[in-house]
This record gives sequence, C-alpha cells and structure tokens, in this order.
Amino acid sequence: MRRLILWLPLAIFVGFILVVAFGLQRPPQATLQSRLIGKPVPDFALPAAVTGREGLASADLKGRGPRLVNIFASWCVPCIAEAPYLMQMKARGIPIDAIAVRDKPEDIARFLGQHGDPFQRIGADRDSRVQLALGSAGVPETFIVDDQGIIRYHHIGGIGPAQVEELVHAYEAAK
Amino acid sequence: MRSAPIVAVLLLRATPLVAQSDLPPAPYADTQIADPAKEAEAKALMETLRCLVCQGQSIADSDADMAGDMRALVRSRIAAGESADEVRAWLVERYGEWVSYEPPVSPLTWPLWAAPLALVILGLFLARGRFKRRRR
Repeated sequence: MRRLILWLPLAIFVGFILVVAFGLQRPPQATLQSRLIGKPVPDFALPAAVTGREGLASADLKGRGPRLVNIFASWCVPCIAEAPYLMQMKARGIPIDAIAVRDKPEDIARFLGQHGDPFQRIGADRDSRVQLALGSAGVPETFIVDDQGIIRYHHIGGIGPAQVEELVHAYEAAK
Repeated sequence: MRSAPIVAVLLLRATPLVAQSDLPPAPYADTQIADPAKEAEAKALMETLRCLVCQGQSIADSDADMAGDMRALVRSRIAAGESADEVRAWLVERYGEWVSYEPPVSPLTWPLWAAPLALVILGLFLARGRFKRRRR
C-alpha cells in the first residue's frame, strides 16, 4: 500500500502530461457559432457601402420576409470563391442583403463588378461594430433572418454547392 | 548562422493566414481614453478578452484588424460609462464564455476553483503528518 502511494505523484504527473500532450494536438476551435440564433437582430443602421445604393439597418430586416445577410469584404479571398454561389441563390429568388466589413466604396464597387452583385442593400461596417454585435467572427459569414427580424441561421465560412442547399433549406424553414 | 538566408527566404514566402483590410485602425483601437482611470479599466478588460481570429491571444496583444476593432469597441463603451463587466457580458452574450479569459464560477468550472484549495489542504495535512513524526 505504502509503495503504491509513493508512485502516486509520478502517476498523476504522467497523467497530466498525457492530457496536455493530447490537448495540444487537438486543433483549435475552428468556428464560432453566434449565440444570437433565435434572438432578434441587434439594432444597427449602416450607411451605404457603395455610392448610389441603399445602406442596411436592422429595421430593413423586419417585415420583408426571410432574407440572407452576407458578411463579406473585398479584401477577403474566400468571398471571391463564394460569389458565384450567392449569384445562384439570387437566381433562385432568395433576397440577399450584405454587410461589407472594413472596406472602401471603390474597392467594393470593383469587387461587385468583377465577381457579380447578388445583393439588394449593402451596409458599410467600417469598424466591424455591427459584425461584433451580430456575434460574427470573420468573413465570409452568412446569417438568415426571418420576417420578424429573428436570427434563424448562421453559416460560417464560404459557400459552395453543398452550402447552397443547406442555406436554401434553412431559408425555406425560416418562412 | 548558415540557416539565416533560408530563414529569410521562408519569411519572405510567409503570407498572413487571415487577409487584412487596408483601412486604418478605428479611432480607439490604438489610442488611449483621455481619462486614465477609464483607460486602466479598459486595458485590464482587454487583457482578458480573447481575439476572435487569433484565438490564442488577448485583444490587447494582437495586431489583427479584428482585435483592433474589438479594442475600439471596448474603449468606446467604457468611455461612454459602461462597466467592464457589462462589456464582457455583452461579448459573452454573442460569443459565449469562450471569448473571456476569466472563467466564471459555474457548475462546469467550480472544480477549477476548488482544486487549488483542496491541494493546499491536502498539503497541510501531509506536512502535519511529517512534523508530528519528527517530533517523536
């Protein structure tokens, strides 16, 4: 019994090392889901991101049916990759508004000219304030907001063919 | 020393994992609040908030655009009279406890808080046994 107790600290130490070693090998949390799903969109009012277009306010997300809100930026590479799929969803009749994070009007205009413009309203979030208010941690991300202005879905990362179906499904469910 | 050129080439090839915008940082990102007491409160809070895109760093330590925007958010809210706890709660409401480096006492985390206390008590108990034996 005494001998066993002598070995106990070493056993605990080895156990600790094993836990740490396995913990270090686990990849860090890759995505961060917004906790606001099921809650109303926080109040915000963003100016127009492109001259001659309407900006985006939380009031615009209420009473106009479910809609997608795409968080993007002209400096974001995965946003280029998802652009054709947003165009596909637009073609399927899904309304999409956008929030451009930390971006300049001329850069956004160039981005939309090169990669297509699937958006109705585009708000300029120059200091990420609205992005943070929504619980979003990067670009691109896409929210689905229902007719009552309640956040129903949050997709993190770019949109590919598989995500189009997921988003369309979530959009239909939000009706 | 021979590896220096190789390292230099590797550094040249290195590209940032997350693309950054070329907008200047938000006003409060790298500027202190005029009131030193409020700046101290904001600084203490920033050191215990996790940068969302760098994950292993606090927003006080990170150079990422988003960390700058989070510092600006913290400073402007503190400057507007909110308490550090309120700002932390606002972020936790959106990102979960994960965003905070200060673990609260909850059913999940109480062993974390209790463990040091339990170990000290155990240590005292063991030490007591040894001293007793020596006196004999």
